[in-house]
Amino acid sequence: MDRFRMIFQYFQSNSESVMNGICGLLALASVKMYTSLDFSCPCLPQYNMAYGLGIMFVPPIALFLCGLILNRQSLVMLEEWRRPQGHRKKDLAVIRYMCSSIMQRAMVAPVIWIVVTLLDGKCLICAFSSAVDPEKFVGFANTSSVQVQQLLAKVPCKDDELMRNNTSRKAVSRYLRCWSQALGWSILLILIIAAFLARWLRPCFNQATLLQARHWSTYIDIEQKIFEETCCEHSRLFAHKCILHFFESMRQEIKLHSFSLPGKGEGAEGGEDLLRGITDQDQVNKLLKMWYYEKPPLDVSQVTQR
Amino acid sequence: MDKFRMIFQFLQSNQESFMNGICGIMALASAQMYSAFDFNCPCLPHYNLAYGLGILLVPPFILFLLGFVLNNNVSMLAEEWRRPQGQRGKDPAVLRYMFCSMAQRAMIAPAVWVSVTLLDGKCITCAFCTSVPVETLGNASHPGLSQGEMKRVLARIPCKEIYDGQEFIANEVAIRYLCCISQALGWCFVLLMTTLAFLVRSLRPCFTQAAFLKSRYWSHYIDIERKMFDETCAEHARSFAKVCIQQFFEGMSTDLVTAHCHPPRKAPADVGEAAEKLLGITDQGSMNMALKSWHRCKPPLHLHPPTLPSGNGWAGEKQPPMHLPAPRKEMAAYYSRV
Repeated sequence: MDRFRMIFQYFQSNSESVMNGICGLLALASVKMYTSLDFSCPCLPQYNMAYGLGIMFVPPIALFLCGLILNRQSLVMLEEWRRPQGHRKKDLAVIRYMCSSIMQRAMVAPVIWIVVTLLDGKCLICAFSSAVDPEKFVGFANTSSVQVQQLLAKVPCKDDELMRNNTSRKAVSRYLRCWSQALGWSILLILIIAAFLARWLRPCFNQATLLQARHWSTYIDIEQKIFEETCCEHSRLFAHKCILHFFESMRQEIKLHSFSLPGKGEGAEGGEDLLRGITDQDQVNKLLKMWYYEKPPLDVSQVTQR
Repeated sequence: MDKFRMIFQFLQSNQESFMNGICGIMALASAQMYSAFDFNCPCLPHYNLAYGLGILLVPPFILFLLGFVLNNNVSMLAEEWRRPQGQRGKDPAVLRYMFCSMAQRAMIAPAVWVSVTLLDGKCITCAFCTSVPVETLGNASHPGLSQGEMKRVLARIPCKEIYDGQEFIANEVAIRYLCCISQALGWCFVLLMTTLAFLVRSLRPCFTQAAFLKSRYWSHYIDIERKMFDETCAEHARSFAKVCIQQFFEGMSTDLVTAHCHPPRKAPADVGEAAEKLLGITDQGSMNMALKSWHRCKPPLHLHPPTLPSGNGWAGEKQPPMHLPAPRKEMAAYYSRV
């Protein structure tokens, strides 16, 4: 009994840390993915904005969905939300609590991707290089508008033949990177302040409701784990009885059909207990054939009633 | 034994996280395989498309099949599908559940390969370099080249060293364009896959939860039953072999006694186990004969009762009455081993 209690406590304390661990792994994976991604801006007027903003926003959506999929609690929450009421009332506060904790964890990796992208700057340079005001930069000031669009679109590509030694390209690039980093740091600061305030001010509002919601959400999680464990244990015992019953019925059938089988001393050998009356190649073959062709019914009621 | 049972239960109940771990490992292996692979675009007009699309599509198919081959539960699914009905009905929902969960796990490595390939860009660049829009990206104003010649020139885009079409379209421009398209396709594919996975996982509790619980229970049951049957058969085979060999040695010992015509030396009662285990064979000649006989003429697979009368006086003529406590005793024996 002690062991089971230890396992339950392990599950209870571990559920949070498992989820936090997954959240951290996804965050690391998102940074690693960004660094290993080969960013190649197309440097063409219409494609730049689509590519730049696509790289900035599409992976975070995929990471968010991954965060929801990998979190076991999201399934638990959905089941609790959709279950029929039955004898147990549904508490919306619990469901809301679970939803908010799942969303918070799932948002970490996308936010990290966006912040890293902004701090690096390449995406914004690629997306908005055609949108800067050419008058501000000496090299682009006195060219026709179509040409200036073409030139500005090539700013992110350092190695392009037109842009290789162009000082105005560097100026535009620095300008956009400065904006990008400013945006990145501001977003990071705002989010950290928001998280700080949320954690510190939460006890001031509805602490009792929060404690209840947290308790019952942990309870629902543990209850589901124990149910699955119990089902596994039950199917193990069911299988055990079913197989023993099968061997027993085979032995009785053999005894019925083969009168030439001499009785064996039941206690003659210690190992013969496990032979269960099957002592012959033909009998073994028959048993195996019966097991394949006619599996026993899923009904061990007469075995349990003995 | 308790500890093993606990670990077994923990793994069983944590089967989800165990299988997720395996999926993660296969995904990493697939990404590693791609980075270790040496991509060599042929840079010839018709071969490019075949090579590029082949590298994009053939390894995922192989990885998908490998995912099925390496999954132990495939044989379980096949057995359950093909078995005759007998006394136990077949539930197609259980078969569907087993197949779906196996297919989902097998799809992860191919999806990772396709995503990594598209995000890297080399495959699409190789496959579609002859379809680059030269009019918009470069200047197609050179009338001297026929279609075929143009295609030949464009096919060399991925191979920078031999590219000779710089005046039609710059190499970097074409490669950047194709990489951009490839990465866009890659991210769309990733988004599509994660959305599908999310929908599959989250719509299930909304619609078919009861049926799902039933299918999951019975598929676990079939797995456990199969393992337990194998265990029981192995135990039976062990006991069978033990008794068979003991009877062989006893038979040999009796033969030797009759052949050598000296009375059996009954071991004194207090000699102990060692003498019993010698099974009546106590010299080199007898042992050699026993070994030769084992090789030349293995005993039949038919256990007979011991010829010496056993303690309760049965000479083995009639069947002993079948008494009820015996099965319970056997069950207790089985439990105590566990």
